[in-house]
Amino acid sequence: MKPQFATDYPALDAKFDKGDRVRVRKTAPLGHIRTPFYIRGHVGEIERYCGAFPNPEELAQRRDGLPAQPLYRVRFKQKEVWPDYKGPASDVLEIEIFQHWLEKA
Amino acid sequence: MLERGHHDMGGLPAGKVEPTEHDYAEWERRIDAMVQLLRGAGQITVDELRKNIEALPPEAYDKLSYYEKWISSLTQTLLQRGVITTEELGRKMEEVAGRKK
Amino acid sequence: MKDQGTYQPYSYYQLMETSLRELLVEKGIVTDDAVNAEVTAMRGRQPERGSKAVARAWVDDAFRQRLLKNGTAACEELGLEIPALKLVVVENTPQVHNAIVCTLCSCYPRVLLGIPPDWYKSRNYRSRMVREPRAVLAEFGLKIADAVQIRVHDSTADMRYMVLPMRPKGTEDWDEARLAAIVSRDSMIGVAIPKVG
Repeated sequence: MKPQFATDYPALDAKFDKGDRVRVRKTAPLGHIRTPFYIRGHVGEIERYCGAFPNPEELAQRRDGLPAQPLYRVRFKQKEVWPDYKGPASDVLEIEIFQHWLEKA
Repeated sequence: MLERGHHDMGGLPAGKVEPTEHDYAEWERRIDAMVQLLRGAGQITVDELRKNIEALPPEAYDKLSYYEKWISSLTQTLLQRGVITTEELGRKMEEVAGRKK
Repeated sequence: MKDQGTYQPYSYYQLMETSLRELLVEKGIVTDDAVNAEVTAMRGRQPERGSKAVARAWVDDAFRQRLLKNGTAACEELGLEIPALKLVVVENTPQVHNAIVCTLCSCYPRVLLGIPPDWYKSRNYRSRMVREPRAVLAEFGLKIADAVQIRVHDSTADMRYMVLPMRPKGTEDWDEARLAAIVSRDSMIGVAIPKVG
């Protein structure tokens, strides 16, 4: 799948396509993490492939974060994320998530 | 306590959003400027800055203003990288504080 | 949320700013001129830059499509240099309302909209916007009908977001400058919509 933003880092291959159902890994390691706690364990759909970027978890520790990690925008249904969500079933949340936090759902 | 970072607050209960804003002071803008210059020069990464902001004690995280957090984090990052030392900083702070009296 | 910037004349953090800056200058890592030039450049980055892109998209459909496809490249066409920014523009339609938040810190398209306002960085906004966006928008005076889908974008990584609001009715014969003047910062974050008059 073509990324929205091309980068020239040595990068891992993108494993997911637009529309794929993915689950965010449910785990809570230490370190600097850009996957919000509230979304871990939830299932969403790939909205787009943003491009490959150095892994922030590594950059924060002064390493180069390479190979770059594919980054996706994942769309989640609000009602699935928050069972008590107040609003129509069509409302969604979109979050950027790196590939190593995602698995096929 | 450590399972969920204090900064990682999405979805937690909180109060009404007050549409507050203020015009940033010169010293706040200089902190921002230093961050941009040091990032541009490859001396720091934004991820290190974020990590050091996240490492603030929860009370400090909630109480400090945006740029107070930034200067704390920037200073911490430069100490970790050995760009400055604690002793240099301490002596400089004494000197500057003395000057202002 | 106390984030108002009411400071003592010379706080501990101001002392740290002065001290750190002087140390970096002494070490030849930054210069006062470079810091001052950066402050001046920052003052030039105001939400008017974003408004300009929105107004162009309203009058030029081909530009609108390029803006949605690659916000960074499209803004550069307008002479807005935003080299490092990966700009994703999300479009409001009669069926969809978009709004932006950063729950983990306060990511924001600063080169287009300036330094984010205090409320954007507040615990209340960051905590609640992803879970009860309709209630939060109502606090800003914005009621979104249930027939309209709300898309909340949590800006967690390398992208930065700007909302392309809908052009209000009654502006059909307006020129770009007049249109740009009604595009508020808040409408590009998604907590307001542009209004005529």
